Amino acid sequence: MTTESTIQFTPERLAEAKEIIARYPEGRQKSALLPLLHLMQEQEGWTSTEGMDYIARMLDIQPIEVYEVATFYTMYHVQPVGKHVIEYCRTGPCCLMGGDDVLAHLKQRLSIETGQTTVDGQFTLKEVECLAACGMGPVFQVREQYYTHLTNDRVDEIIDELSKQA
Amino acid sequence: MEDTKPQLLTVTIDGIAVEVEPGTTILQAARKIGPDVAPPAMCYYQPLKGSGGKCRACLVRVAAGSAKDPRPMPKLVASCLTAVQDGMVVENTTNPQVIDARNGIVEFLLLNHPLDCPVCDQAGECDLQNFAFDHGKATTRYEEDRRTFEKKDIGPYIQLHMTRCILCYRCVYTADQITEKRVHGVLGRGDASEIGTYIEKAIDNDFSGNVIDVCPVGALTDKTYRFKNRVWFTKPVDAHRNCPTCSGKVTLWYRGDEVIRVTARKNEWNEVTEFICNTCRFETKKTSDWIIEGPTKVSRSSVISANKYRADLEKPSFGKRLAAAEYKPIHDERDMSQLNIQQLPPERFAKTLPSAVEPEP
Amino acid sequence: MTKKILTEHINVPGIDTFDVYRQQGGYTAVEKALKTMTPDEIVEEVKKAGVRGRGGAGFPMGMKWSYLAKPEGVPRYLVCNADESEPGTFKDHYLMKHIPHLLIEGMIVSSFALGANKSFIYVRGELMYVIRILEKAIAEAKAKGFLGKNILGSGYDLELVVQPGGGAYICGEETALLESLEGKRGNPRNKPPFPAVKGLYQCPTVVNNVESIATTSWIINNGGDAYAAIGVGRSTGTKLISASGHMRKPGVYEIELGLPVEDFIYADEWCGGIRPGHKFKALVAGGSSVPILPANLALTLANGEKRLMSYESLSDGGFATGTMLGSGGFILFDETSCIVRNTWNFSRFYHHESCGQCSPCREGTGWMEKVLHRIEHGHGHQHDIDLLVDVSKKIEGNTICPLGDAAAWPVASAIRHFRDEFQWHIDHPTEATQPGAVYRGEMALV
Repeated sequence: MTTESTIQFTPERLAEAKEIIARYPEGRQKSALLPLLHLMQEQEGWTSTEGMDYIARMLDIQPIEVYEVATFYTMYHVQPVGKHVIEYCRTGPCCLMGGDDVLAHLKQRLSIETGQTTVDGQFTLKEVECLAACGMGPVFQVREQYYTHLTNDRVDEIIDELSKQA
Repeated sequence: MEDTKPQLLTVTIDGIAVEVEPGTTILQAARKIGPDVAPPAMCYYQPLKGSGGKCRACLVRVAAGSAKDPRPMPKLVASCLTAVQDGMVVENTTNPQVIDARNGIVEFLLLNHPLDCPVCDQAGECDLQNFAFDHGKATTRYEEDRRTFEKKDIGPYIQLHMTRCILCYRCVYTADQITEKRVHGVLGRGDASEIGTYIEKAIDNDFSGNVIDVCPVGALTDKTYRFKNRVWFTKPVDAHRNCPTCSGKVTLWYRGDEVIRVTARKNEWNEVTEFICNTCRFETKKTSDWIIEGPTKVSRSSVISANKYRADLEKPSFGKRLAAAEYKPIHDERDMSQLNIQQLPPERFAKTLPSAVEPEP
Repeated sequence: MTKKILTEHINVPGIDTFDVYRQQGGYTAVEKALKTMTPDEIVEEVKKAGVRGRGGAGFPMGMKWSYLAKPEGVPRYLVCNADESEPGTFKDHYLMKHIPHLLIEGMIVSSFALGANKSFIYVRGELMYVIRILEKAIAEAKAKGFLGKNILGSGYDLELVVQPGGGAYICGEETALLESLEGKRGNPRNKPPFPAVKGLYQCPTVVNNVESIATTSWIINNGGDAYAAIGVGRSTGTKLISASGHMRKPGVYEIELGLPVEDFIYADEWCGGIRPGHKFKALVAGGSSVPILPANLALTLANGEKRLMSYESLSDGGFATGTMLGSGGFILFDETSCIVRNTWNFSRFYHHESCGQCSPCREGTGWMEKVLHRIEHGHGHQHDIDLLVDVSKKIEGNTICPLGDAAAWPVASAIRHFRDEFQWHIDHPTEATQPGAVYRGEMALV
């Protein structure tokens, strides 16, 4: 009794999804769950219930098995997010390098608090734990891109740059 | 002549030796000795494959691993999952480190528990209540806000109180192993984990009601019995019927002439012996529907059987523990039961429980 | 210059491509292993090398390999743990990003040694760009006949799969990683059974850290004895150290084990000293979970000898005066750092990353974080310090996996060595909550 979904993979992503599923031994297709969720989020921008139900059907598992996983891992945005999700490292080593101050500046610059999205839908700010770039802190990540050695000025530049992207 | 029976293993638990078959866990071996030696189990549930290891209530110390290798195990182990070896020596209630760990587990489990026993349908047959009674303190050291959850409706039969949940996963295993398909699970992570269906959905199939029986606390209760009575006022009676779906062997809970609740039958370890269907549980509540077998012999420890709490009050340690408890203000208006306790001066406890306090030497 | 085993060629332009890596002597270990050695001989060399697990536990890799069960007709798996998430650790990120073929070469050799025909590299999902680098490198290696069917005509087949995580520190714990790889929540499994008997898909499995696997190529090429000759005592070989915090030159450094901590901090070849104008206050030597040490104990042992960067020397003195090498996450604190704030920060990390499966960790990590948050924000009580110590003790050793210990140790050690600082926060809440306020009482700064 999953919802009839309007969401599905684009033909290219569907081909990639099939290739991913084929990586695992026979009967172990559930292993493809995390990669497929990434693929879906890359396409849709977030991880919706429809998207999860679609993946559940594709892997022949119960939808709850997908919900359990998607809510366990922090990378899946199970609520709609802005165009650019800034995942800001709040862990010790980055804080030693002034991470708290830069975060405060970033919040001020975007006029939002952690967990919120800017009114224009451009930016969502999330605080995350260690991104394994401690020697280059403070650090944040937007999609696959790491931004390191952050300062207030550098943050302004990055926001300007991202805002210009169509 | 060769003996075809498997070689039995001898394990000593709290100084009592018992012989068990290979593959037996420490907990099962201890249960074989008896309830005084059996460690508490909040998540382990023998009928459910894969259960156990999570609550850590059953931690024991292995003082000698086996006759062959008598070295002690470096850490306390979960007795529900650790298989016995021949010559193993286990310390359960005789080891202060075990008792200390268990006291800690109770404290952890109660940190965010609402302590709403007075309005909880599980009260009287609650594993957490029993565990807290044996290993808990009368006060809390926790001053922070308690965890709350958004209320979720999971259908007409089952009431979910997430604040009471201890995340034993028993209901998840039940749905996986007893019902056709699972629609609920554990969502989220860490102390924000919760039992839920994610999208609004009723947990509804022939055997879903069994999650109520396996729940060790009042997180999953029977909506058709909700607030109808306290278990200690009800009378359990074994009965059966010819059911096309399940064995039809149940326990009926009477208040006067009225069947107010139907549950599966449980053994002395509070484990369901045969899972029953929803029709028997929720829809068949007339005495005429059933063939009555007779009063249930409730052998498990609960207030309805052994008058447990009164018996335990006579132990000198309980009154001492209460009298020695520190009372500090708790600024949590929601926590009425705690407030009531802490407002009573210590001497009041001594007065209420004269037999419980040992005379001064 | 110290011996470089993993990073010798890391600065060669184009080293991330197959051709350049090959020109620098890459993939010779695969040739040697597949053409001239038996799997058992490889295991023997790795045992002789004495290389210890670089992910943090320090368990001898050869020993772990020799425990792998080998029942007939059951596939065996090698899984590389590239879920690097321990605060202070970023060496695997660095290695995979710059020299992906080193890991792939190690995976081929190790998989051959273990008899695995399908091996996985589980990379934390945040490093998606590194996953793409690895996938490109795998495609190159496959095109050149170093992966796939009948590698180099040896009859040995191997598929390498790069698996992304979804954002969970706990998946660095090997059984949680396997659960995650099976498409489930990252809940660690109860042990036994260990992965060597029942691992991925209930089959015998070895899980090794990126850096551990990367060492195997050198060991095959040069022999286990040559590897064991590097380093000191049972701490053989080299180790990648991720250096961060208040130093002149943070970064990833490959050191020979046995290097004095003092040299590592102050010599120009490595951290280059404390940042100018500041003093050395404290050190977390092996990633956020290991006990924090004050400067004097970080540099010298209780007996006055220099402390070395080795498994044994760092843990000298037990938890009373020592710590652990862990994953080599070397975080340096100068006198401007507030230990209470940092302890709260680490505690928040473990609270956030607890899987929530077992009660001591699920409830205890949150409790410790909340108490530390109160102390840091000027609402501490006198009894809070003892409470924290007690809660940490009730978590430690009582959980399913080591995350409980990892959450307990930083708190217990910070209080052990910096108790005055916690007391100051409780006694002077107004002063302590001023922006940038740091305890300036008596302590040994270096």
